[in-house]
Amino acid sequence: MSSDLGGQAATVRFENVTKAFGEVVAVDGVSFEIEAGNLVTLLGPSGCGKTTTLRMIAGLEMVTGGRILIGGRDVTLLPATDRDVSMVFQSYALFPHMTVIENVSYGFVVSGMRKEEARTRARQGLELVRLVGYDDRLPSELSGGQQQRVAVARALVLEPEVLLFDEPLSNLDAKLRRRVREEIREIQQALNLTTVYVTHDQEEALAVSDKIIVMRNAAIAQEGAPRDLYERPSNVFVADFIGDANLVDAEVRRVAGETATVSIGTVEIELPARGIAPGPVKVAIRPESVRLSDPGDGLAGQILKAAYLGDHLEYTVDTPVGELFVIDNSVGAPRPVGSSVSVAFGTRVALVPSDD
Amino acid sequence: MTRRPLLLWQLIGLFGLVVLPWYAIEDGFWNFEWLFDGYPFDSDYAPLLFLFLEGEAPWLWPTAAFLAASTYALGRDKIDPAYATTLLLAGGGGFAYVMLQGFTIGIDGWEYQVLNDLFGPRERQYGMGYGALLIMGGLFFLFTQGLAARGAVNGDVFVVGSISLIVAVVAIFIFFPVFHILISAIQDNDRVYSLTAFTGKMFSAKIWGLHCLTSTRGCGVAWNSFVLAVAVGVGSTLLGLAFALIATRTGFRYKRGLRVLTVLPIITPPFVIGLALILLLGQSGVITGFLEWAFGIHPTRWIYGFPGVWLAQMLAFTPIAFLVLIGVVQGVSPSMEEAAQTLRANAWTTFTTVSLPLMRPGLANAFLLGFIESMADFGNPMVLGGNFDVLSTEIFFAIVGAQNDQGRAAVLALVLLGFTLAAFWLQRVWLGRKSYVTVTGKGDAGVHVALPRRLNWLVFGAALPWAAMTMVIYAMIMFGGFVKIWGRDHSLTLKHYIDAFGVSVGDHGLVWFGGAWNSFWTTITIAAVSAPLTAGLGLLAAYLLVRQRFTGKHVFEFGTMLSFAIPGTVIGVSYVLAFNVPPFELTGTGAILVISFIFRNMPVGVRAGMASMSQLDPALDEASLTLGANSWKTVQRVIMPLLRPAILAAMVYSFVRAMTAVSAVIFLVSAEYDMATSYILGRVENNDYGISIAYSSVLILVMLVAVGLFQLIIGERRIGRRTRDSEPAPTAILGA
Repeated sequence: MSSDLGGQAATVRFENVTKAFGEVVAVDGVSFEIEAGNLVTLLGPSGCGKTTTLRMIAGLEMVTGGRILIGGRDVTLLPATDRDVSMVFQSYALFPHMTVIENVSYGFVVSGMRKEEARTRARQGLELVRLVGYDDRLPSELSGGQQQRVAVARALVLEPEVLLFDEPLSNLDAKLRRRVREEIREIQQALNLTTVYVTHDQEEALAVSDKIIVMRNAAIAQEGAPRDLYERPSNVFVADFIGDANLVDAEVRRVAGETATVSIGTVEIELPARGIAPGPVKVAIRPESVRLSDPGDGLAGQILKAAYLGDHLEYTVDTPVGELFVIDNSVGAPRPVGSSVSVAFGTRVALVPSDD
Repeated sequence: MTRRPLLLWQLIGLFGLVVLPWYAIEDGFWNFEWLFDGYPFDSDYAPLLFLFLEGEAPWLWPTAAFLAASTYALGRDKIDPAYATTLLLAGGGGFAYVMLQGFTIGIDGWEYQVLNDLFGPRERQYGMGYGALLIMGGLFFLFTQGLAARGAVNGDVFVVGSISLIVAVVAIFIFFPVFHILISAIQDNDRVYSLTAFTGKMFSAKIWGLHCLTSTRGCGVAWNSFVLAVAVGVGSTLLGLAFALIATRTGFRYKRGLRVLTVLPIITPPFVIGLALILLLGQSGVITGFLEWAFGIHPTRWIYGFPGVWLAQMLAFTPIAFLVLIGVVQGVSPSMEEAAQTLRANAWTTFTTVSLPLMRPGLANAFLLGFIESMADFGNPMVLGGNFDVLSTEIFFAIVGAQNDQGRAAVLALVLLGFTLAAFWLQRVWLGRKSYVTVTGKGDAGVHVALPRRLNWLVFGAALPWAAMTMVIYAMIMFGGFVKIWGRDHSLTLKHYIDAFGVSVGDHGLVWFGGAWNSFWTTITIAAVSAPLTAGLGLLAAYLLVRQRFTGKHVFEFGTMLSFAIPGTVIGVSYVLAFNVPPFELTGTGAILVISFIFRNMPVGVRAGMASMSQLDPALDEASLTLGANSWKTVQRVIMPLLRPAILAAMVYSFVRAMTAVSAVIFLVSAEYDMATSYILGRVENNDYGISIAYSSVLILVMLVAVGLFQLIIGERRIGRRTRDSEPAPTAILGA
C-alpha cells in the first residue's frame, strides 16, 4: 500500500444549498460540513436527494440556491471541468473504446501532460488497486470487479481534493461487495482522501463511514457517526432506516438525571433520557435486543412466524404492544409456531424523539 | 488556456479583415482567378482593410471598429463583468451591424425608399464574400463567448457556441427563406405589397376549385395534391403493414429478400419509378403492347394522370411505410399476445383486439409520412402527371415556365407548406406522446402469434404481386438502358451508355466526351462536400439535444427538424427568392446546392445522432468532465469515437440523398453546376428515355456501392458491451 499518491484532502461545505428541477425540489436548503480526510456517506432511500447532492459536489449539477465551498474556496459557479473533484460512477463509465491504461491516464492526457509521464502515473494508480498487467485490455474484457478497480484508479490518480463514489458496489455480487468496500476504505485511509460516498445500503454505510448523513425528502434527517445513528436515532425515520427496529408505543414514567424509566406494556426498563419529558413516547427496539424465554415474568407473547437462517433464527412474536420482529441466536433451541413465550428487552433500545 | 478560443476567433476575424476580399467573387466560391486580377486593390476583390485605405465603402468601416473593440477583453479575467460585456457589445453589435448594412444597402443602393429619401441615393453593393464570412464568424463567436461568460449553459463556451451556431444557420437558411416566401406572396409582381393580389392568388379557382365534382373540368391543384396524398398515404400504409406482418408473423421463406425493400427508396431517385412505369404501361410500353397484341386493346394514355402518379408513388413510398411499420409490429410484445390467448381469445380476436390497437400510433405515423412524401414528391408528377397538376409541379412551372410569376409560386408554396406542416404538426403533437412500444428489453421471451388464416391470405395476396411488380420495375430500369428505342426497336445496344459516359483516348490523354460526365462529377463533388457537413451539423444538434439542458430546447428541436416537413420544391423556390440578391448572393453557385442539401438532410443526421447518442451512458460524458476534460474535448475524445458508426451512417445517407434529390435542386442548378437528376429529367422531357434510364441505373449502382461499402465498414466495428447494438437503422425520411 505504499505509494507516492497522496490526497490534497480538502473540506467540503454546503451552505443552505437548494436544487430544483423545474417544479421538483430535489435538495432543499441543505447545510453540512465534511472534514478533510474523512469518508462521509450520504444515505437514504431512492429519490431522497443524495445523488443530486453528490453531483452538485462534482459540479455536474448547478445549485439553484446556496453556496458550495471546497477547501474553503467558493466553487458554486464552477463547472465539473474546473473543479478538483473526481468521481467513481455507478456504471463505472469506463470509456469502452480505450484500454485500461488509456482510461486511467485520460485525466492527465486531457490536461496536456506528456503521454509517458501520464502512463507512469496511471500505472501507480493501477498498482494501488492491485490491477497490474491489464494495461492493454479493453474494459469489456474485464470482470465487473476489475472494471470497478479501473474506475477507482482513474479517479484516484488525479489526486483530487474530493473523491466521490456513486453507489459503487451496486453492480457487484454480494460476496464481492464486502471485499471491495473494505479495499475502498483501506485506500481512502491510507491516502487520507476526503471521500463522499452515496449508497442506499445502510449496512454498507455503517461499515465504511466516519460520518453518515441520512437524507430524506430532499433534506437531512440526521448526521453523525455510525454508532450515534444506530444507538441514538433522532427520529422515527432514522431508527427505522438504519438497521431493523421495532417501533413501539411506550410511556416515560419518570426521569431522574440522565436516566428515564420507561414502561413498554407491562415491562419497565431504564434508558438514557435524551432530554425527553415524561409522557407517551416511541421506542426503537432492535430485534437482537428482544429476549425470549419460557413463559414467566415479562411480556406475554406468542410465536406467529419462525424462520431458520443458519446462524440465527427469526421470529415474529405477537405481544400486547404489537408484533415484534426478533433475532434469536440460540439456534439449538427453536421455538415452534404457536408456542407461548415471555418477552424481555436488552440494552439496545432507544427512546426516539417524535418527528414534529 | 481558457482564453484560447477568444484569441482564435479574433485572429480569424482579423484574417478576414486583412487578407480575404469582403465581397463575393462573381466567378464562384472555388474560383481563385481574382488572386491575379487586381487583388488586393481592385475594390471588387479588396479586403475590408484595403477598402478602408482607399476610402471606399465607408459604411463597412465600423465593422473593423467592432472587431478592434473586442480586444479590450483580452487581458481580462473571465469572471470580470467587463469581459462579458465587452464581448457581448463588440461581437453582438458588430454582427448585427453587418447584417443591418447588408439588408439595407443592396444591389440598387438603398433597399428602402424611406432611407433613400432620408439620406439621398447611395451606391450599390454586391453580396458578401469570404472576408465578410470570416469577420462575421469571428464577431459571432466572440458574442457567444460573451454569453458563456455571463453564465449561459453553465458557462460552457463550446456548448453556447454550438447552440448559437445552429440557431443562426437554421435562421438564415430555413426561416429566412421561408419568410421570404411569405413576403413574396403578399407582393404583386412589381414588388408592391398588396393584400388583394394575395387573396386573389390564394383563393383562385386554380388552387381550390371543385369543378371536377360537377363537370369534366379539373379540380384545383390543392385538392389534386390532397386527394393524391391521402390515397398514397392509405395505400402505402396498408401495403407496408402487409409486408411488415409477413416479415414478422409468418413462416415466409424469403424474409431476407424483404429487407432489400428497405434499401430501395434510399438509392432510387424518386422519378425513376415513374420512368419505368412509362416503359411498362405507356403507349409504347411492354404490357400495353402485349395487351394490344393479345386482346386488341387499343393503347391509351391512361397512365398519364392520377392513376400513374398514384401507382408510381405507391411503389416509391411503400418501402418507407414498411420501414416504419416493421419497427412497430416488432414493438408489440409477444407476451401481450400470449396473454390474450391464455385469456381464451382466438387468433383473430387477439389480432383485432390486442395487436392492431397497439399498432395504431405506428399506422398513423406511416400514413402521415406517406402523405408528406406524396405532397412533396416532384419527380413522379413531373414525369407522369399529364394534365393532372399538383402543387409541387405547379410551383415549378409558375417560376420556370413562361409565367415567371414569383408571387404565384410563393402562394402555391405556402399552400403546400401549410399541408405538410399540418401533417408534421399532427405527427409530433398527436403521436409524439403515444408510444405503445411494449417490448421492454427485459428478457421478453415468447413468440409472436401466427396470423389468423383469413388475414394470412389477404396479406400475401396483397404483398406478393406488389413485390413482383417492384422487381419487374427494377429489372426494367436495369435493362431499359440497353434497348435502342423503347417500344419500337428492341435491339440491344450500348449506344445510350456511350452517349452518356463515353471516354476515348485523344491527343492529350482521356477525353470524357459523354454528355453526362459534367453533371455526374458535379453531383459526386457536391454530394461529397455536403455529406460531412450535413452529418457534422446534424450530430452536433443531436449532441446538444440529448446531452445538454438549456432553455428553449423544444423550440430548438423543432427548428432543426422543421426542414423535414418543408417540401423540396418549397425550399427551392424560397432559396431562389431569398438568395438571389445581396447580402447572401448565392444563386448559380455550387455553394447554394451544398447548403440546400445540408439543411434538407440535416434531420437525418439529427435523428441518427439522437438514436445512437441515447444509447451511450451519459455517465461517460460526466466521467470525462469530472476528469478535467471540457465539453469540446469530451466530444472529441469520447463521444465522436463511440459514435463513429452513426457518423458514417449519416454521411453515407446524406451523400446518397444528395445524389437522388430532385425537387429543390431543379430550381438551383445552373449551367455550370448541373446535377445528375436535373439532367435526367431534362432528357425525360425530350422523350429521350434510353439515356435517362441508362444514367439512372448508373446512379443506382453508384449508390449501391456506396451503401454496400458502408455496411462493410460498419459490419466490422464492435466496441464494447455497452454499445454493441448500434447497427444503424436507415431512417425513413422525406423523398426529394
